[in-house]
Amino acid sequence: MGFQGRDVISILDFTRNDLEELFEVADYYLRNRRAYTLLQDYVVALAFFEPSTRTRLSFETAAKLLGAKVIGFTSEEGTSIAKGESLADTIRMLDAYADIIVIRHRYEGTALFAAEIAEDPVINAGDGKQHHPTQAMLDLYTVRRLFGTIDGLTYAVVGDLRYGRAASSFIYGLTLFKPRKIYLVSPPLLRARPEVLETLRERGVKFEEASRVDDVIEDVDVLYVTRIQKERFPDPIEYERVKGSYRITLKLLEKGKRELKVLHPLPKVDEIEPAVDSSRYAAYFTQASFGVPVRMALLSLIAGVRP
Amino acid sequence: MNLGEPSSLTVSKIRNGTVIDHIPAGKALLVLRILGITGREGLRTAVLMNVESKKLGRKDIIKIEGRELTSDEVNVIALVAPSATINIIRNYTVYKKLKVTIPQEIRGFIRCPNPTCITNRRREGLVTRFRVVKREPLTLQCVYCGTMITQEELEDLISM
Repeated sequence: MGFQGRDVISILDFTRNDLEELFEVADYYLRNRRAYTLLQDYVVALAFFEPSTRTRLSFETAAKLLGAKVIGFTSEEGTSIAKGESLADTIRMLDAYADIIVIRHRYEGTALFAAEIAEDPVINAGDGKQHHPTQAMLDLYTVRRLFGTIDGLTYAVVGDLRYGRAASSFIYGLTLFKPRKIYLVSPPLLRARPEVLETLRERGVKFEEASRVDDVIEDVDVLYVTRIQKERFPDPIEYERVKGSYRITLKLLEKGKRELKVLHPLPKVDEIEPAVDSSRYAAYFTQASFGVPVRMALLSLIAGVRP
Repeated sequence: MNLGEPSSLTVSKIRNGTVIDHIPAGKALLVLRILGITGREGLRTAVLMNVESKKLGRKDIIKIEGRELTSDEVNVIALVAPSATINIIRNYTVYKKLKVTIPQEIRGFIRCPNPTCITNRRREGLVTRFRVVKREPLTLQCVYCGTMITQEELEDLISM
């Protein structure tokens, strides 16, 4: 289908071929890090209704390195939404000012709604607990860079699989490839949502739900750890019941394969012991750095230009 | 259309309009809710509940004078009354018979149970969209937020 002019709402809207094309372009930008003028006639709107550090800054860096102008906001307070303006009207305005709209919102479905209103391509930078497709793109890219392939590996996705959009999107993304097996490891309260499990079944991906990383660590190549999404718990008491319920320690990782890598979409809080950061297992800082070349690749392909 | 079954509950024929027959017993009010018929529209409407039926044992029937249902409306009835048959009446005779089938995507009619779904932001005035994931047992998925709903949950989510 190609990328030009396309909305990016869910990783499931893409094919393996699409992603491989994206990764090749990302490889180019990774090797040739410099300022480009490819998008010099473009305005990229960063509409972040919800807090963000990495996603927003890496989109901004990517857009600027491509020569685009960047506009936007980082919370609802700074916008007329706070005055009672509808989201739809805000999107119409962004559509008029910009050429590509990147949007993050705490309501699920906001990016799709925005894409229905806007003529411009809309990129979902996170809609509530549902999708975070560009995170999944860079996560898969990281695996490909580390292992040379995404296929045939065993994955454990650990943590808040119920409210975590990065975890859901990573799982969705894996269904486009041929993972050997995916372990879904979480406290019982934070199990993957029914639609995620249904997608795995529908696409014939082998998976197993588990409660303890200990039980699966020996089998795993990629340990994808996520934070408990405190901000999405409808009930703070529920959060208190699960907080601190898992922790990845160096000792635990040493029971695993030598080549085992730990990924994390970040921010992390206390779910990974700090000693892991400087170990051979930690891949999450490298992973975060790939946000720029992957998002450069995405923006330029959507704009229909190649380096 | 024969209402002269043992029930002896007779309702006169309608001249122009719609007769919805073979509604599972007790679901007539739900069907009216889907159709947005409250009684305040001034349409002459007959609702028969729990009448004998050869096919279903007991069934409900709705007769609406002066309104022909569209095929979209008819198909949404299938969500709660898959056995229903629709007769469009013109000049006292059956002009058209329609069977109901659940459409692949249902727009409106159903509220999403997820409180943080964009369709629940009143201010945006969005029409909900659900796609059929499975027909047996019926499973629907909100196109916006991905939430899945089952047949049992459905009846509470049909909104006016």
